[in-house]
Amino acid sequence: MAAPKPVVVVGHGMVGHRFVEALRDRDSDGTWRVTVLCEEPTPAYDRVSLSSYVGSWDRATLAMPGNDYTGDELVELRVGERATAIDRNARVVTTSAGDRIGYDALVLATGSYPFVPPVPGKDLDRCFVYRTLDDLDAIRAAVETAEPGATGIVVGGGLLGLEAANALRLLGMTPHVVELAPRLMPLQVDEGGGAVLADLITGLGLTVHTGASTSAIERRGDGLRVRLSDGQVVDAALLVFSAGVRPRDELARQCGLQLAERGGVLTDIGCATKDPHIFAIGEVAAVEGRCYGLVAPGNATAEVVADRLRGGTAAFPGADTSTKLKLLGLDVASFGDAHATSPGALEVVLNDATKGTYSKLVVSDDASTLLGGILVGDATAYGTLRPLLGRRLPADPVSLISPAGAELGVGALPDDAQVCSCNAVSKGVICASIADGACDVPAIKAATVAGTSCGSCVPMLKRLLAAQGVEQSKALCEHFGQSRAELFQIVQVTGIRTFSALIAEYGIGTGCDICKPAVASILASTSSDHILDGEGASLQDTNDHFLANLQRNGTYSVVPRLPGGEISPEKLIAIGEVARDFGLYTKITGGQRIDLFGARVEQLPEIWEQLIAAGFESGHAYGKAMRTVKSCVGSTWCRYGVQDSVALAVDLELRYRGLRSPHKVKMGVSGCQRECAEARSKDVGVIATEKGWNLYVGGNGGTTPKHAQLLAGDLDRDTLVRYIDRYLMFYIRTADRLQRTAVWQETIEGGLDHIRAVVCDDALGIAAQLEAAMQRHVAGYSDEWAGVLADEEKLSRFVSFVNAPDRPDPTVQFDESGPRKVPLLLGMPGTFNTAESGR
Amino acid sequence: MTVLAERHTDFGVGSWTPACALDRLLPGRGVAVLLPDGAQVALFLLPDEKLVAVGNIDPFGRAAVMSRGIVGDRRGEPTVASPLLKQVFSLIDGRCLDNECYALPVYEVRVVDGFVEIRAS
Repeated sequence: MAAPKPVVVVGHGMVGHRFVEALRDRDSDGTWRVTVLCEEPTPAYDRVSLSSYVGSWDRATLAMPGNDYTGDELVELRVGERATAIDRNARVVTTSAGDRIGYDALVLATGSYPFVPPVPGKDLDRCFVYRTLDDLDAIRAAVETAEPGATGIVVGGGLLGLEAANALRLLGMTPHVVELAPRLMPLQVDEGGGAVLADLITGLGLTVHTGASTSAIERRGDGLRVRLSDGQVVDAALLVFSAGVRPRDELARQCGLQLAERGGVLTDIGCATKDPHIFAIGEVAAVEGRCYGLVAPGNATAEVVADRLRGGTAAFPGADTSTKLKLLGLDVASFGDAHATSPGALEVVLNDATKGTYSKLVVSDDASTLLGGILVGDATAYGTLRPLLGRRLPADPVSLISPAGAELGVGALPDDAQVCSCNAVSKGVICASIADGACDVPAIKAATVAGTSCGSCVPMLKRLLAAQGVEQSKALCEHFGQSRAELFQIVQVTGIRTFSALIAEYGIGTGCDICKPAVASILASTSSDHILDGEGASLQDTNDHFLANLQRNGTYSVVPRLPGGEISPEKLIAIGEVARDFGLYTKITGGQRIDLFGARVEQLPEIWEQLIAAGFESGHAYGKAMRTVKSCVGSTWCRYGVQDSVALAVDLELRYRGLRSPHKVKMGVSGCQRECAEARSKDVGVIATEKGWNLYVGGNGGTTPKHAQLLAGDLDRDTLVRYIDRYLMFYIRTADRLQRTAVWQETIEGGLDHIRAVVCDDALGIAAQLEAAMQRHVAGYSDEWAGVLADEEKLSRFVSFVNAPDRPDPTVQFDESGPRKVPLLLGMPGTFNTAESGR
Repeated sequence: MTVLAERHTDFGVGSWTPACALDRLLPGRGVAVLLPDGAQVALFLLPDEKLVAVGNIDPFGRAAVMSRGIVGDRRGEPTVASPLLKQVFSLIDGRCLDNECYALPVYEVRVVDGFVEIRAS
């Protein structure tokens, strides 16, 4: 076999990476050896999602899958090394490390650089651009020296500018957006859509200056003074230029390759330059003279060149410049001939100023064919409309964008309609994968790569699954065909209050470890009865049954409630005394509480007698229930605090204590935007602003960490509590078993927007009901452990052996020789074997 | 409760050990019983009022916890799930339904004068 030929890829952005993957996929017999030059210190990452780097500050979360090519000997990735010159005659690339690399094929994937308008003062040290992870790190460093909520100016109100404004907002700044055109996102939306967009964005606390440019930037104290062309003067802590990009074509220029009129490496439809050994892909490529600044056409160029290197004849298929984005939590979509420039094109517009939505369809002169459209405020129709581009309309255009109109079924789409435009996957390919056995969205993603880039087609994938008759089973377990949410409704409507009655009427068999605790949780969420009353005792998981957390050797741990993480010296001493008296191992938890480990069941009542005497109550660490409300110290002590976060956290924890839910619920309250309580990693996070409180929902840590999303901003205290009441009760009623709030928000029909409509706008008319349910919970709360101590029958269950209630379990043993107490398991060295443990 | 200790009349293997009064048991919930030789038994009253007893030690988690598992059925066969890592065991023959390499020992149960008694089979 011949030695592989060298191909050098200059640039490791999303498209460069896509090219390497596409080539390696096709090049199964190893005819090419790839060298990739990656100028940035981080290999290919998801630049489209750059703003999501804010908060996590973890570069790994944005990494493109497989971007290090581990185990592929035919790919060499050189990180932090860029190309400095191309010698076309010798076919050699010189790198910044001084290496000279020979090539048979050279692929330019250098992307773009941010355009900075020639404004006086543009080079001041508080002026930034927004393109790379390093740019965001620099912006972050500047934000940290500014006051929370300080003004940040974004020059550019297009797609990238609004992304940058979003990043500043996530960093706790108050953004001003300056756009030269008379409207925001001038390329994607028209005047009407731009007006609705500006209204929505202003409503979020941003300031929009359209029809204005930046005429001068001056230093003022630690910050900047920015003069606009309309005479306004804005003082700001920093400024970000995000006014478009220009292709990075300097290498091509130096080696004499032809450039397009407005920049970019000129290529033919096969992405080849005049030099048959050199190709250009992504944003630097001017395919037949035109550059594209979107990832979908970039990916298409990568595929074309990969195919050509394998001897194929693929051609650039033309770009779909359709865009659907969530900017600052707002939906914006633009597709096809959005500005109605086709001859004779007609427009159908629905502009609902009261709801803040704008929808426009562009149709052919005979109103039969869909040519394009714009959706602002609500882009749910995008999934079905975009694939219909250039096709006959299946219905009256008004009905397609009217909320009252019939929703278009996926059946209306032809097989060759593109469902995932990022990766060019058609409906037919997706349906074929379903026919081949893909039975859920992850399986479709694995089989077709649809939905793996921007994710906007995922709802469409679900509908295709449903349309193909793939039942996404919602059955709780083999005993109940219903989902948890359905059982919740059944309990509410029928008033059934026991598991045995529920399974007799609506299920089969005797139950299991899935449905029993799930039903117990529903019964607990809908009443204030003690969870161990009557039949309830037999339904509970062992944690709830002994009101403590089972540990690996069969002992339990005890967590008293410390509302808001606040504790007096007397109470600290009391906990210390309990731990000492019972020989318990102690550890501080992540939720600002103290966990006492190693208690045997018969010790639990004695432990709680002491704790209750010292003023403690159950912390529900053992339950799928509201756990803790973590807080920072807040304005009482902290120099930066703007609100009293501890007082609010204590009140919230006392309000929601004991509330049982589909999964655990954690909360947090931070007293300023510095966010020391890490509230955005909680199911419910509250962050103080100068004007009130911002409410974030749906965050969690764990295997798949999620940041909570903003539900509503600048709330007064009463509204805040009312919204949390509604949110939690809506979650409890509609979530699946063991579904955290983050997943619930993602999977509920309509997503967070729907939840916001229900919670903030009472769209379903159930807000009063939800609040009343929470009020019943608050009024009916009593401490579960006090309830056990007052009830002889419940107390009698806290024994290791029913026939020897005074005997501790002899198999429970600890090793206390090391730095900390360690439980010993049976059959391990250092313990004994009982008659049966050898099995 | 101390009255139970007085009923320990015979400590040999194969003899019956009194556990508790039948009305002390909750349907669908277990209790642990200590045998004279130190072995531990998980005793369950099933919803159909049948009594069953298996070893109390979870062979996966290696801790004496089986009596605290949730009782139910798999396709009609009565089961208990380990409270540690939720493996499910048959309450008929003790075998683990999730991994047939493991099983719990099964004990005989009878009721005498309203008292439940257990012995190794």
